[in-house]
Amino acid sequence: MDLLNALVALANYILVPGIAYGSQLALGALGVTVVYGILRFSNFAHGETMSAGAMFAILFMWLFQSLGISIAPLPTIVLGLIPAIICMIIYLLVTDRFVYRYYREQKAKPVIFLVASTGLMFLTNGIIRFIIGPDDQRVSDGARFVLKAREFKQFTGLNEGLAIKTSQLITVVAAVAIVVALFWFLEKTKSGKSMRAYSDNENLALLSGINPDRVVMIAWTLTAILATIAGALYGLDKGYKPFTYLQLLLPVFASAIVGGLGSPIGAIVGGFVIAFSEVTITYAFKKVIKYLAPDAWAPEGLVQLLSTDYKFAVSFVILVVVLIVMPTGIFRGKSL
Amino acid sequence: MKSFMKVAMATTLLTSVATAALADEIKLGVFFGFTGPIESIVADMGPAAELAIKEVSDSGALLSGTTVKAVRGDTTCTDAAVATAAAERLITSEGVKAIVGGDCSGVTTAALQNVALPNGTVMISPSATSPALSTVEDNGLFFRTAPSDARQGQIVADILMEKGVKEVALTYTNNDYGKGLADSIETNFKAAGGKVTIVAAHEDGKGDYSAEVGALASAGGEVLVVAGYIDQGGKGIIQGALDTGAFDTFYLPDGMVGDSLPVAIGADLNGSYGANPGTDSPGAATFAKMAEAAGFKAGPFSAEAYDAAALILLAMQAAGSSDSAALKDKVMDVANAPGEKIFPGELEKALKILAGGGDVDYVGASAVELIGAGESAGNYRQIEIADGAVKAVKFR
Repeated sequence: MDLLNALVALANYILVPGIAYGSQLALGALGVTVVYGILRFSNFAHGETMSAGAMFAILFMWLFQSLGISIAPLPTIVLGLIPAIICMIIYLLVTDRFVYRYYREQKAKPVIFLVASTGLMFLTNGIIRFIIGPDDQRVSDGARFVLKAREFKQFTGLNEGLAIKTSQLITVVAAVAIVVALFWFLEKTKSGKSMRAYSDNENLALLSGINPDRVVMIAWTLTAILATIAGALYGLDKGYKPFTYLQLLLPVFASAIVGGLGSPIGAIVGGFVIAFSEVTITYAFKKVIKYLAPDAWAPEGLVQLLSTDYKFAVSFVILVVVLIVMPTGIFRGKSL
Repeated sequence: MKSFMKVAMATTLLTSVATAALADEIKLGVFFGFTGPIESIVADMGPAAELAIKEVSDSGALLSGTTVKAVRGDTTCTDAAVATAAAERLITSEGVKAIVGGDCSGVTTAALQNVALPNGTVMISPSATSPALSTVEDNGLFFRTAPSDARQGQIVADILMEKGVKEVALTYTNNDYGKGLADSIETNFKAAGGKVTIVAAHEDGKGDYSAEVGALASAGGEVLVVAGYIDQGGKGIIQGALDTGAFDTFYLPDGMVGDSLPVAIGADLNGSYGANPGTDSPGAATFAKMAEAAGFKAGPFSAEAYDAAALILLAMQAAGSSDSAALKDKVMDVANAPGEKIFPGELEKALKILAGGGDVDYVGASAVELIGAGESAGNYRQIEIADGAVKAVKFR
């Protein structure tokens, strides 16, 4: 019984939030990796792209709600994703046309792209502030929980509860579906193969007749899909705050770099590495040890490696260590 | 030559009349976080301060009929640099004579030390409660109609003990206000024989609090004390703790009491309790009616905001000057006995008594009694969340 209690406590406070957070980071990191692989720069505007995607999803959600359309028990925002993705594809293609294309023609260095993307980050931030305002928005409707902590306790008779939110389940299911679809696209379709060829060796790809404009267009389309879904899912799970996405940029980049920039598998693994490090290193293991160890061993302290104050430092430290020890990341991506 | 003299004299006369007319209007800064983590509370504090200002201005009894105008400045509650710039604008560019505010302890300290002190401007804050502000170097310029959190710590310990709570977990927003309050709660609760299992900071403006909630849950405790902000991390922590089933009951200090919280969280919050500054003195009821008539709610700290503005204006009258250097010595006199008791809506009467050389004891909406370095002695309203609404239980 004590063993079960310990396991449930771990699942409730580490496993469930870790998997959901890891999926969100993985989707974000995939977007960063696609841009890095094809366009060869670190897209600092990606956080705001996610935020803008979530914003469009919320606007369409409001529209659907006012029309009385719902897909209960699923939250309405899921329905808003499709038009939101179309809006974001248009937005990203327009920014590419007016900003990045110019620098591509100039054959500018990656660092110039990076600075241009920082500019776009602030621009997008301003547009979001202008359209939806800086306030928090609640986006969850429909059933909030798949499994409630209190019901779980009554059902199993354990001391510890286990809660799974609908948003967490949707996040994980959506992340798996998107990753499968992305890999199918990259491995099996002609467009996907041409993208991989372009990413591997640009000159050789051009010589073999791949249209670079088309590859760039597909890359932005993929980015828009990934960013919108990642942003909306994050907002669904944690409540939409327009400006938390700026802070999400650090763990997202850490995930992409840890996994290996330009490597899609790396982005996914990196996302989970960062998410679980953040959650486990700051978790206080006192309760779990109390269940597992004999009473006499019960710890006085909290058995916490780091106070939660240092949560964000965790992704920084991992990022720095990876950059020093293996700059190409776990899956041999490109080094920065 | 003669005609030139006439013109010159006329011009001088006109100019002096014009300057007199300009000087006739006194500007007061209303310096709250109109944007930021407590903006839903400030939505009632701003109008409350302006209500007192309007009352005095309309009476025409202040300093031989001067009118008073409120000028708003935004503290953002959290960003000391923005708050300092806003205070700078109020004092040097708008030329306000004194400031009602700021609201949060950190930005108030920054504005006081960087702007108000060098310019010699009086600040009366309705809601900055950090104990550090009791001892801060202020040249007698800083007052507050809110009590120090040193006092709130005792109240928290008393309420928890009365409820029979022996073990609490404590989380605070990582700034001057949160840290000060958390220290005070911890000290008082331990002194009363309780146990604090963990004291963990949380950052505002984050999306995800699962790591914080995990640590708090592991430490355990019967009640989670959330010394945070209602529209920010405090709400996020409560939501996270309820979602994971970590805690069922929460203690809500002053920054967490407000109507938006039960609305945002829902029925799960029922049974939680807390306290914020408030009083059952007759002034509070009068003020609530005045607030309703003026189109805002007598929410948390709004009575204190009304009183802060009123105190500044009464002190001006007592000093016979709108100058901060003169009025700062009169604030304690008008706030405390002896003198005729003054309730909200009676500011005109108070102004006339002061003009006639009499004494007033301003009671106001929050039963003002300034002690020590010029801060409220502290009346608290104990509340409980029942049926999705904040209900006053008793007063301390």
